[in-house]
Amino acid sequence: MNGVHDMGGLHGMGRIEYERNEPVFHALWEGRVFALTLAAGAWRKWSLDALRHQIEQIPPSEYLRLSYYEKWLTAVTERLVHSGLITRAELKSGQPAPGSTKVAPALTAGQVPAMLRSGAIASRDVAVTPRFRAGQLVRTRNINPEGHTRLPRYARGKPGKVERDHGVYVFPDTVAHAADENPQHVYSVRFSARELWGDQASPRDAVYIDLWDDYLEPA
Amino acid sequence: MSAPPQGHDHDHDHQHDHDHQVVPSDLTLRVKALESLLAEKGLIDRAALDALIDKYEREVGPRNGARVVARAWVDPAYKQRLFADATSAIAELGYGGAQGEHMLVVENTPQVHNLVVCTLCSCYPWSVLGLPPVWYKSAPYRSRAVIDPRGVLREFGLELAGETEVRVWDSTAELRYLVLPERPPGSEKLDEQALAELVTRDSMIGVAKVVLPASAGAKA
Repeated sequence: MNGVHDMGGLHGMGRIEYERNEPVFHALWEGRVFALTLAAGAWRKWSLDALRHQIEQIPPSEYLRLSYYEKWLTAVTERLVHSGLITRAELKSGQPAPGSTKVAPALTAGQVPAMLRSGAIASRDVAVTPRFRAGQLVRTRNINPEGHTRLPRYARGKPGKVERDHGVYVFPDTVAHAADENPQHVYSVRFSARELWGDQASPRDAVYIDLWDDYLEPA
Repeated sequence: MSAPPQGHDHDHDHQHDHDHQVVPSDLTLRVKALESLLAEKGLIDRAALDALIDKYEREVGPRNGARVVARAWVDPAYKQRLFADATSAIAELGYGGAQGEHMLVVENTPQVHNLVVCTLCSCYPWSVLGLPPVWYKSAPYRSRAVIDPRGVLREFGLELAGETEVRVWDSTAELRYLVLPERPPGSEKLDEQALAELVTRDSMIGVAKVVLPASAGAKA
């Protein structure tokens, strides 16, 4: 979706606020939101792409106003409701609905190390023919889907060069909507800064973007 | 500590909200209510949340990445493996998993400077750098890193020569990037552990160089 989350190249966002000796979490609730998002994610009711898309759907003014973990809190709450794990009534009352059964087992502390060690593998060991190869000139498609996509707006309809083939990965544009994994090749594509930004950019500079096969067409 | 953006650093000596709009107690209550509902329903185990927080507050952080960098500086064969298959080479040192499943390492040289960003969200190599700092996830950095990388670097106190090629890596997919900074001149006599102590988080994102403190230079 063409949301405010897709902010590469926007002006007016201000200077970078750097914090020395920054703590991992700035308040106890931040850590709890981080952890409960990961723990609830272990139920596998939604993908990481679905969670990202949920964050993208926060209205633009809110998206810019909320702190990072507030966005996570909003998104994980929505995902929990959409997936049926909790209801809006339960959220409001803070209590499980009368007669609701306690589900189990939740992720335990003992399972945390193994969960983090394995992570979530997005690559797929399936044979898919790559449409492009390293060294090939390509152009990104000019697509404007209302759903989730990982092709940033600043790089749409732009010429670039495939630098390497990363292999086959699930496709976020479909996975985020609980549709097929649609596994396909992901390439590192080099865009000259001048092609993206015009003469104001240094002729030496470049932006490398990891792009799925479906985002590209031959130049 | 590497050079922060000029004039915009502040020490963390008080609990505050970065966007300055929300009363923290409201959030504390909201999160407590959600956590307790989830616990009552059996959807989460509070001890698992404690374990997750503990892991990222105490264990997984930029010291991991620093060890990877130091090893690459002292061991050319390791460095080769790092470029051939970063995920496996990093796993040799015991790091991997969540948000480090698919790793790539890009090397800074006198000719090329690499900078990592995620313009769309906050993708970051947790397994080697821990959770990202607020500035990395913020609108100013995400918006500007791709259109004005030299200006961003200047704000971090890093002025690059015009002939240096700047490569910005926008982490749009599930590949996660670690910058291998240049080994600082004068560090030839330092051993791997001493080198690892020099390597900062910022240098592995690409917003700083690794510098040799005067004292370390004197020792070497």
